[in-house]
Amino acid sequence: MSYIKSYIENLNKNNKKALSVFLTSGFPDKENFISIAKNILDAGADMLELGIPFSDPLADGPVIQASSKIALDNGVNINTVLSYAESLAKYTNKPIILMGYANPIKKYGVKNFLNDAGSLGIKGLIVPDVPLEEYDSFFENMNGNLDIILLTTPTSSNERIKSIDNTSKGFVYCVSVTGITGIKNNFDSDSIKNLERSYSIIEKNKMLIGFGISKPENVKEFIPYCDGVIVGSRIIKSFFDKDKLPDTLQIVSKLNEACRF
Amino acid sequence: MLDNYLFPDVKGKFGIYGGKYVPETLISALIELESVYNVLKNDCEFISEYNLLQKEYNGRPTPLTFAERLTSYYGKAKIYLKREDLCHTGAHKLNNAIGQILLAKRLGKKRIIAETGAGQHGVAVATVCAKFGLQCIVYMGETDIERQKMNVFRMKLLGAEVRPVSSGSKTLKDATNEAIRDWVTNVEDTYYIIGSVVGPHPYPLIVRDFQSIIGIETKEQIMAAENKLPDYILACVGGGSNSIGIFYPFINDENVSLIGIEAAGFGIDTEKHCATLTLGEPGIFQGMNSYLLQDDNGNITEVYSISAGLDYPGVGPEHSHLKDTGRVKYFYVSDDEALKGVRLLTSLEGILPALESAHAVAYLEKMMPSTNKDEIVIVNISGRGDKDLSTIISRINGEIK
Repeated sequence: MSYIKSYIENLNKNNKKALSVFLTSGFPDKENFISIAKNILDAGADMLELGIPFSDPLADGPVIQASSKIALDNGVNINTVLSYAESLAKYTNKPIILMGYANPIKKYGVKNFLNDAGSLGIKGLIVPDVPLEEYDSFFENMNGNLDIILLTTPTSSNERIKSIDNTSKGFVYCVSVTGITGIKNNFDSDSIKNLERSYSIIEKNKMLIGFGISKPENVKEFIPYCDGVIVGSRIIKSFFDKDKLPDTLQIVSKLNEACRF
Repeated sequence: MLDNYLFPDVKGKFGIYGGKYVPETLISALIELESVYNVLKNDCEFISEYNLLQKEYNGRPTPLTFAERLTSYYGKAKIYLKREDLCHTGAHKLNNAIGQILLAKRLGKKRIIAETGAGQHGVAVATVCAKFGLQCIVYMGETDIERQKMNVFRMKLLGAEVRPVSSGSKTLKDATNEAIRDWVTNVEDTYYIIGSVVGPHPYPLIVRDFQSIIGIETKEQIMAAENKLPDYILACVGGGSNSIGIFYPFINDENVSLIGIEAAGFGIDTEKHCATLTLGEPGIFQGMNSYLLQDDNGNITEVYSISAGLDYPGVGPEHSHLKDTGRVKYFYVSDDEALKGVRLLTSLEGILPALESAHAVAYLEKMMPSTNKDEIVIVNISGRGDKDLSTIISRINGEIK
């Protein structure tokens, strides 16, 4: 079984939904990134998603866009991200996942990237601009050690969600809203209904909900409809707000508590 | 050899190029657009509505003008000009905006969004939105807003909201990112009118089809004037919509040389150019696999041209395919050469071309000596240069006595 899937399953067995934290690699700065990431793991992140900064992140809202820009200005590239991921994979048994747009990966060489990432202990990869339609031509049926994680959204039909569930490995990333990444204050009843719909269709994989989640209350609300949640912009924003690590770690730890059921 | 040119294929690919590299949220909208378009493109009512608007609103057919003095100037092949500069709003952009606003109407979308660089596509979209009474939001980079003030005002006068984009290089590619983000967020009620043969399938197909009216007319007109097909067709290439529009109906006519001209800015040996097909390499950007100007890490590089309409780091996927197959040859022209093209066409023919189109005109200088008197060259004058006067003044004012 997929390492990520069994890791999430173990958490679930112990009455805990998985908390996956997204960090833009090399943000807020290149030198302290590893130590910040380790602190976030220790504060209660069950999984880490390391974003590969890209010049044109079209699925991202202003917060992650700004963090990507700073990371790129800090000189972070795909090799830096791989080396961060390698160090973190040595530090923890928690799954380390990469999230990046198609072009930097294509430029690196898709096959080499999957092989290199797999051999460094990275467990999964999310590429938001490679949907099911382009899966075969982008990944060319390459089977590395890496789980390729696909996304569903409120606009995905039931039939599509089934196909995505069949192809995705590790988990299915269920996008909570039609939109880009960013903090949302609350989720309307349509969003909740949609999560319920997706969760009832997805059978093969675990399902994690992402986009817009910022508060323990959001997590509590989602607990019946998922196996875990993904938080990104809220964490990134905390560095812009105060640049004090203790505040960020407190957010992580509260979200972690909210994941218990 | 090219009788079977049937691109894009069912997956929206031109060979290996094109595709739908977009977030999952947009896939259902793209599938809906594709299926509606496939029905409407053969729907008599839709076609006649499109044709009527092209005729009575856009002023088509545009003339094919014999450039008598320009022809004598070179003393070689006969030169004809396809006059897209005479379209309503001043460029070929309205051909596509008319087609897509009709699609939006059929899809029942009330909110229209668009990206714009120089502002010509934004003006075209704002124009059709005014005509059909639809809400219009145009994304435009802050740098472009600053250098295209007239078009910004014009869009506002047409009732559009112009939203400044402050991310990245604050130009066309960033405006496109922001329009895509808007579309991802408001996909239920919003139609995105893309301005060129770029983006995810089916846009490169739809925009090509709506722009092909240029080439279809050109073929009829040159047959009427000369009773034979041209030997060469020249057009400038940024995203590539005016060039695909004139090339596509000739693609199976093997004896017609199709030539696309990219912008070399300050020169292709500098960093200030946007010669994507000349210097780029294939990559994935804004929904498509196509040639792209990128750095060693796969980030998109900042590009430059004196002409805001060519200032784009990508290019339509069909052009990438046509480059690889060799059916179209791509060359480049610098800012300075394009400015010479402006002066040449204006002083010899009384036609002020847009800076974009001036790149195609300028290539005559390189190409004409190797042509023969019994040959025919057609240059697509994709737009008029009124919008560029302040740029032209700042660059060549001192040279005009």
